[in-house]
This record gives sequence, structure tokens and C-alpha cells, in this order.
Amino acid sequence: MAVVNQLMGTFSRISRPLVSTHKGWRGQPQNLAQPWLSSVRHSSILAELPETHEMLRKTCRDFAEAELQPLAGKFDKQGLYPREQVKTMGDLGLMALAVPEEYGGTGMDYLAYAIAMEEISRGCATAGVIMSVNNSLYIGPVQTFGSEKQKEEWITPFTTGEHVGCFALSEPGNGSDAGAASTIATEEADSFILNGTKSWITNGYESEATVVFAATDKSKKHKGISAFIVPKPIEGLSLGKKEDKLGIRGSSTCNLIFEDCQIPSENMLGAPGMGFKIAMMTLDAGRIGIAGQALGIAQAAFDCAIDYAGKRMAFNAPILKMQVIQQKLADMALKIESARLLTYKAAVLKDEGKPYTKFAAMAKLAASETATFCGHQAIQILGGMGYVSDMPAERHYRDARITEIYEGTSEIQRLVIAGNLIKEYQAL
Amino acid sequence: MSLRVLVGCKRVIDYAVKIRVRPDKMGVVTDGVKHSMNPFDEIAIEEAVRLKEKKIAKEVIAVSCGPTQAQETIRTALAMGADRGIHVEIPAKEMEKLEPLHVSKILAKLAEKEGAELLIVGKQAIDDDSNATAQMTAALLEWPQATFASKIEKTDGTLLVVREVDGGLETIKVKLPAVVSADLRLNEPRYATLPNIMKAKKKKIVKMKPADLGVDTTAHFEVVEVCDPPSREAGIKVEDVDALVSKLKEAGRI
Repeated sequence: MAVVNQLMGTFSRISRPLVSTHKGWRGQPQNLAQPWLSSVRHSSILAELPETHEMLRKTCRDFAEAELQPLAGKFDKQGLYPREQVKTMGDLGLMALAVPEEYGGTGMDYLAYAIAMEEISRGCATAGVIMSVNNSLYIGPVQTFGSEKQKEEWITPFTTGEHVGCFALSEPGNGSDAGAASTIATEEADSFILNGTKSWITNGYESEATVVFAATDKSKKHKGISAFIVPKPIEGLSLGKKEDKLGIRGSSTCNLIFEDCQIPSENMLGAPGMGFKIAMMTLDAGRIGIAGQALGIAQAAFDCAIDYAGKRMAFNAPILKMQVIQQKLADMALKIESARLLTYKAAVLKDEGKPYTKFAAMAKLAASETATFCGHQAIQILGGMGYVSDMPAERHYRDARITEIYEGTSEIQRLVIAGNLIKEYQAL
Repeated sequence: MSLRVLVGCKRVIDYAVKIRVRPDKMGVVTDGVKHSMNPFDEIAIEEAVRLKEKKIAKEVIAVSCGPTQAQETIRTALAMGADRGIHVEIPAKEMEKLEPLHVSKILAKLAEKEGAELLIVGKQAIDDDSNATAQMTAALLEWPQATFASKIEKTDGTLLVVREVDGGLETIKVKLPAVVSADLRLNEPRYATLPNIMKAKKKKIVKMKPADLGVDTTAHFEVVEVCDPPSREAGIKVEDVDALVSKLKEAGRI
């Protein structure tokens, strides 16, 4: 009871206005009129998706089942970049999903993006990450912070799947601590000279442009970081070795090494010193996509597990008849559905222009841990067959792992969530 | 002469769904079950859109008879490239009493009203497998029919249609206007791309009732019972060919 009282005390200190002070379960204030629930467009999203989104899901699922799933194992084993499939994804409108039509995009919303990311990744997690990087990490910041001229030059050619972009924030010496960027941009006449190394760059080999973060004023720490659009290839930019990865092996990951790389001043994205903010806002949105990717991997692992459990005979019955297997499947499905709802919520909040940072972190955290969990359980259900690469379970397990690392590790997501909680409750 | 093409598309239970008979044995469970466009009708739409892309057709109109959700099916057709839709509203309750003859009468009236010169439908719907609508519509309109088409080519005022018949392919020539029913190998339907899904939202769907077309939808037959097919009995293993032959003889199969 003391705990409850303490909680109540905390709630009474909330300064933000509540739409309704109706007391719900255990007297916690409930925001009954949650705007994202009451809007007409998404009124039934908890029960079923809007028609457009269902149609999009069908297109993505049909494409993924026919053209990605059968090849995903090959892309993984041989480390092949699915160039042709990425082109088709461009034709389908998947490579610039939330970009307005006037820039050559599809003009859909982030809910659509989350759904598409799930369906594509369910077929092939490699295709999912390529799509995600182009949509939210490369195009995203240019769309939000770019000038009209930059948008025309740096978005439109990247909408068709012919060209992809990438995003260069992490460095060998700092990943989660992105504010400590050691890559330097020195202003010189009408240009900037970039020096430093960026690491873990997905699409590093195939991309033809990148958004790079570099310090323009080292003394201001994270407030001295600026963002730049850099075309590729360009003199002074070389690529490191292709990393040999655990999962998503069809996509390339490498270092971008800048040595006196000169770019025009007009390639700066946003104002000087805005880089860190641009990076954080980009990652907020990107997390919705990664949550979608993780859901797709989790769902694929689940599909594989339940199908196998229904066919595999042991003790004269399909193992699906055993409660111990049923328990595993129930837990997997529960986690997937829960993470999916969180992902949709984060996406809808973003679409409605409301704060969504906390929910994007929650969605990414829930979905990526779900993917890891489901990959693990799928292997367990398949037993020996799960451990060999004749079945896709081990690939899902390997692919799942990265979703807990990139675009903010699970630990960082918890920090983001906690940071928001502290702010909301003014607890510190 | 470029053609105005009318295409029928039916909303059916999705092909991947495991069908369950209702406890009252008067039909199958449709509530909460995934529906999609009849796959043969998807082929019909695809063919019409291809005719338009080849400038043989000037307009493609997608028609669906069914409850409110049939509009989703029409929207899919629009996203694939049809120009506009017509939704003939049939309340969900009456839907299972709707017969091919009713649909034929509706399609015939619409073909006349819209001035269509070509009607394409799937050869059958995967729910009731009637395979009758194309034939009856052709009869009502007194138009020639080319059923089970696996290839369509237009020559002056006529269509050259390759049909899949027992034992091979038959090529026939039909005068326009005509009714064509699409078989499986006519084409491979495209994906509705995301930009086209967005464009489809702006295309028009006109709503009407069968009565607006003067079509009476009173049922001509009554469903007595719907039941599951008999479950397959387990087979037996035999030792050798002789045993197999004697078993087959016993069963009166040879």
C-alpha cells in the first residue's frame, strides 16, 4: 500500500494537463481521450488497420513471400546484396515511403512504413535493413532538415531503388556516446574539409550518398556537431573492409574513412551545430522502422516454429500437441502482438505530429527483445533442425541480434525511456 | 477503336484460409475471416489493365457485387490500374443467396449502360466454383463468349482468344463486343504498388443497388445443407507388388 501511496503522490505532482482525470485501475489517472485513439482516421487501429494500410500489407507480403523469402537464405549464406530486389522495392514505392509525392516519394505515413518494414523483413531481414536505412536514416533527415534545393537533389534520385543512401554517425571510438564525434569538419572558403572515420555504416558499399555527422566546433561538444550530405564516391573518402557479420549478411557494413574530403558548404544539412539534434531526431524515427524489422524477424521465427511443431512427430504425435511447446508459442505470440501494438502507437503518434520519442524507444526495445526471444525459442522448438542452416530458424536468430544493437542499443532505449519518465514526472 | 472494358471482381474468402462449416450447416464461417479478391478475377483485372497499356482499351471499370467490404476489393482493382469502380450493394446476409444468374443480369445491365465492348471475368470464383457467370452474361447480352482464355489478342473488330480445353489449346475468333473468362495462365497479376494504392484512393466508386438496374435478386434455389467433405481414411502398407495387386482386386479397383 505504501508503494501505491507513493505512486499516487507522484501522480499528484504531474504538472502537465491531463485531458481527463478519470481514475482507472488502482487510481492511476487515465488519459481516456487519447488523441491517437479518438482520431477518425485511426479510430479502429486497435482492431484493424485502415484499408490503405491493409492493401499495402498485402502488396508487401505477396512480394516478400514470392521474391524475398525464397532467396533470403542465399543472400545470407553468400553475403549477396539483393540489388534486383531493392530495385523492385523501389518500383513498389517502398524506398521512399513517407516522402511526399512531389519529391518522387509514395506519400504514405509512418504507420505504413512500420507495416511495410515488418512484412519485408519477415521475408528477408537484409532487405529490411537496406530499406530502413534509405527511408529513415538517409532520406529522413534530408526531408526534415534539408532546403528545397537539397531535397530535390538528394531525395528524388533515391526514391526508386536505383540509388540508396546511408547514415554515418558512429565512430570506432564512440557509438552510443554520439556526442563525442571525433570526425572534424573544417571550414575553408566555400567548402568543408572532412577528416575522421565513421564506422558500422550499413549500405556503405552500395550507397551513393551519405549523411555524415562531424564536429565543426569541438569546444561546444555535442552542440558543435553539424550534419553534411556527402555524395559517393568522392575524392578523400575511402571504404574500409566489408565487415563479416553474425546476421543481416546480405547488406554491407563498413567504415567510411575521410581524409581531406572536400565538400561544398551548401551540403551542410540544417544550421551549424544542429547535427546532434538532427541525429537524435533521425534515430527516433528510425527506431520505428527497426521495431518493424524486429517484428518481421520475430514473426518469421514464429511462423517457422509453429509450422514445424505441427509436422514434427515425437512420441506418436505432433510436438504441437505438447503443452510445453504450446507454452512457448503462446509466449512468442504474446510478445509479438504486444510489441506490434507499441510500434503502431509510436508510428501513429509520429504521424499526428505528437511527441513519440519515448514510444519509439519502447517499441524498438520491445520488438527487438521479442525478435531475440522468438529466434531463440524457434530454435528450441526445432531442436537440431533449428541449429542447422537447412531451416531458416538459425538465420532468424542471427538476424534478430542486431536489432538490439543498431539505432540505439537496448540499454540506450531504456535510458531514453527513463529520461522521458523523469521529465514527465519531474522526479529529479 | 479502343474499348471500354468492364471487369467483374468478387470478394471471396482468401485462398489461404482454412474453411470452416457453420454449426447450423447452412453455409461457411465468414465472420472475422480474411477475404480478398477472387484470384481469377485478379487475372481478369490484370488483362484489362494490360489492354489499356497497349492502348487497346480506353477505360477499365471494375464491378463488384457484395457487402460494404466489396469496396476494398474494388479499391484493389483500382490500385492495380482500373479507372473507376461500380459497387453493387448486396447486404452481407443476402450475399450467400446471390446466384451467378443474378450477377450475370447485373453485369449485362451494366455492360449496356456503360457502353462496354468487352466484359472480362474470372473463369470461376474460388468460393462457390460455379463457373457460370461469363457464360450466362454472354447469353443475356447475346454476345459471343470466349471462356478459359489463356491468351487474348485483338485484331480488327475481333478478338483472337486461345482457350485451355481438355487435351490442348483451342484458338477461336470472336466478334466484339464479347465476354471473356480468364483462366489461370492468362497472365501473372501485378502487385498493387504503394503509389498506385494512394492514387486509387482518389478514383471514383459509384454505389448502386440491384433494383437500380432493374434486377430482381430473389433466390432460385435453396441451400439444404453444407457439410465438410468426408475425412480421408488412413491407408495401409503392403509388403510387395503381389500384395498390392490382390488388395486392389479385393477393392474392385482393377
